[in-house]
Amino acid sequence: MNGELGWKVGGEQGEGIDSTGEIFAWTLHRLGYYAFAYRHFMSRVKGGHTNYKIRITDRAVGHHGDDLHILVAFDQETVNVNWNELVDGGIVVADGTSGKIQPPPGSAHFCSIPLTGLAKEAGSAIMKNMVAVGVTAAIVGLTPEDFLSVIEDRFKKKGQAVVDSNLSAVRIGYDYYNQHFSHHLQLPARPAAVPSNHLYISGNEATALGALAAGCRVLAAYPITPATEIMYWLVKYLPEYGGVVVQAEDEIAAVNMALGANYAGTRAMTSTSGPGFSLMMETLGLAGISETPLVIVDVQRSGPSTGLPTKTEQSDLYEALYGSHGEIPRIVLTPTTVEECFRYAVEAFNLAEIYQCPVILASDLYMGMSKGSIDSLETSKVQITRGKLVTQSDLEGVSRGEFKRYEVNEDGISPRAIPGQRGGRFIAIGNEHDEFGSEMEDQAMRVLQMDKRARKLSAFHELSGVTVDGPEDAQITLVGFGSTRGVIDEARAVLMQQGIRVAHVQVSVVAPFPADLIRPYIAGAETVLVVEVNSRGQLADLLRLKLGYHDRIASCLKYDGDPLLVKDIVKRVEEVISVGSIN
Amino acid sequence: MAVLTDFKGEKPTWCPGCGDFGVLNALQRTAVELGLDPEDMVVVSGIGCSGKLSAYFGSYGLHTIHGRTLPTAQGVKLANRELTVLAAGGDGDGFGIGMGHFIHAMRRNIDITYLVMDNHIYGLTTGQTSPTSDTGFVTKTAPKGAVEFPVHPLSLALSAGCGFVAQGFSGDIPQLSAILKRAIRHRGFSFVNIFSPCVTFNKQNTYEFYKSNIVKVEDDAGYDSTNAALAMAKLEQSQSVVTGVLYEHDRPTYEDSVPNFLKTGLATAQHVLTESDFDRLLAQFQ
Repeated sequence: MNGELGWKVGGEQGEGIDSTGEIFAWTLHRLGYYAFAYRHFMSRVKGGHTNYKIRITDRAVGHHGDDLHILVAFDQETVNVNWNELVDGGIVVADGTSGKIQPPPGSAHFCSIPLTGLAKEAGSAIMKNMVAVGVTAAIVGLTPEDFLSVIEDRFKKKGQAVVDSNLSAVRIGYDYYNQHFSHHLQLPARPAAVPSNHLYISGNEATALGALAAGCRVLAAYPITPATEIMYWLVKYLPEYGGVVVQAEDEIAAVNMALGANYAGTRAMTSTSGPGFSLMMETLGLAGISETPLVIVDVQRSGPSTGLPTKTEQSDLYEALYGSHGEIPRIVLTPTTVEECFRYAVEAFNLAEIYQCPVILASDLYMGMSKGSIDSLETSKVQITRGKLVTQSDLEGVSRGEFKRYEVNEDGISPRAIPGQRGGRFIAIGNEHDEFGSEMEDQAMRVLQMDKRARKLSAFHELSGVTVDGPEDAQITLVGFGSTRGVIDEARAVLMQQGIRVAHVQVSVVAPFPADLIRPYIAGAETVLVVEVNSRGQLADLLRLKLGYHDRIASCLKYDGDPLLVKDIVKRVEEVISVGSIN
Repeated sequence: MAVLTDFKGEKPTWCPGCGDFGVLNALQRTAVELGLDPEDMVVVSGIGCSGKLSAYFGSYGLHTIHGRTLPTAQGVKLANRELTVLAAGGDGDGFGIGMGHFIHAMRRNIDITYLVMDNHIYGLTTGQTSPTSDTGFVTKTAPKGAVEFPVHPLSLALSAGCGFVAQGFSGDIPQLSAILKRAIRHRGFSFVNIFSPCVTFNKQNTYEFYKSNIVKVEDDAGYDSTNAALAMAKLEQSQSVVTGVLYEHDRPTYEDSVPNFLKTGLATAQHVLTESDFDRLLAQFQ
């Protein structure tokens, strides 16, 4: 069984597919396995195909896996769309009596089971999902009781009777399968030692928790898939810590509220996705020139425009790096794991205040909405650093109007006061200005201020911004950023088994670009394959711009809406290696 | 106690005779009379001649981008509820590019005061049609006269549920100052539209025009500023050339209505989560 099991449930949107997946994943997580869940869904409330893939492993992974062992299908479309992922000997559980859903081609065991009918017998057709969970339990050798704690958590608010009937639906499915079928599949070996604080968490949840831990107390945001879960999480917890979530009228309002709050000294952010991020560009420039800390979370989705609004993509890199008119310093973080979503969310607030500039934390739908089991989050390492924010005693002796908020100095970072402080009065301003913040057009001062802002990131050192595995002189060096770390890592393992010398460079800070750390892996590699979920090769462009080596940089791109699979990368590597050139 | 000079910032560069001088003077006078401290005040201003108010007034300031004074000012207030926060801009800033925020700020009712220096024209860009320009008004962008119907900001404010709706005239500083005093004291979003003539580019909405046409609500003994229907009728009768507090009504502010929202010290507190906070927060993921 190779240490893993792939399970998928699919049907029409709105018929409980997500909750079926959640109950199964949570149960496996609590039993001590590692679960990773990817939701495939459409931009509509009811109808349309949706599925929920869960990969059960004996170790932490960052990918939902290429293979499928069990497919639970509530309709024909689920079979038609997903059968080709099934491994030899896989099992299809199809709702209904024999013939209602037609079996797929191939060698999978096909089990027609009247899931809905059995649920009706148990009390209600809506429990067909629980019957399916019971069937799954029978296939993989779990017991209905294994699901009890999750069922209780989900349904105890509705009363013991609801808990009981759901558990009995699981039992009915379990018994039915055992009475009628004999194919079984094994779960991976249960990991021997699972940390007690083993977490099942999404990138969005980790990002929101990181913001709370960083002392963010104002979130201004406009709902947008796939970033809304950050709002949901913070709207629940910010009030417990004295803060507030404002649902703004649009993303322009949201980002300006966040800027205003940061100016006044309270850590604030906005969370959005591509269309909203586009609306924020002008304020990005204001934050840059007025040197106001600002944190923007962009959970990228497929563009351009409305694009594929419920599908993943990494196509906002150009915009994060270059968006907004004029030239400003900025920091762009692309966390590569759920753990980094947490840690970088904390650091985003520190960096925004240390460097007094906008920080863009760019994850994507795949990272944001997929849930996975991880060992822990580094909560004990959280530290709040507010940079050159002055205290009242620092302002002792400064007369009102004499505070140099935009002092031209060596490191380019000036002292920052906040309203309410005596002696700190200044105007934060989008016009070019002198050291006091007065609008002016003096050429010499303009150049001094531009240069001051440009040099503030030259000593950036807080995050290395890159993770590397493998040798500098690899036959092929795979380079990715953000959420693709897990899938590239697994592709590397497959390629190494084929005897190929492979390195993996995963970039988690794209600005300031960690050129010195990456260069040896590009300079030493025979071929560099930049793996990214967009059509233009935006990271590859950045590598060429910052490092050169145009002769050896090739791309592995995916932009059809589906997340990368291991085999996509392996196939592209084989192509690149077999032709012996990058074209 | 702060005095008038404490509320002076940079030397204004407005054209001599600009209505915005009157607004600045009235605001400075009001701040002194209310006993405010300039360093507990923030003026958030937009783009245009009016946007320079933040630099000329002696408080903390945030000179933001075009049309976005209101969301920015609301962010400032949420960050520190102890500050007196004013947003200031022109008719283009507020009713053109920023119109959406205007309606939503009134709906939301965060305790800030919004001053619009309404000169019915785009001044800093040397004379184009504004959202409040009268139909037929000739400008560089409407050489044959504006085609569109003008925006009626006070009627909009009343229908958006704004709890404080007033109009002033920069040629009448005592009245404007009295209005501003009530506006700043009002708990919740206060809107003060101010006729602030552009002496350079608008030869129609002039000091003379306002002086001879303005109706003051104070002169109407039977006027009841708690009655929105009367306010609407007054605007109708006067073709909106009316000054005074047209409507005032207390309704709970946004910040008071959000559960547990910290009243003081949000900006200066050390927001450190303890180990037990993390234990509690992480339990949901286990």
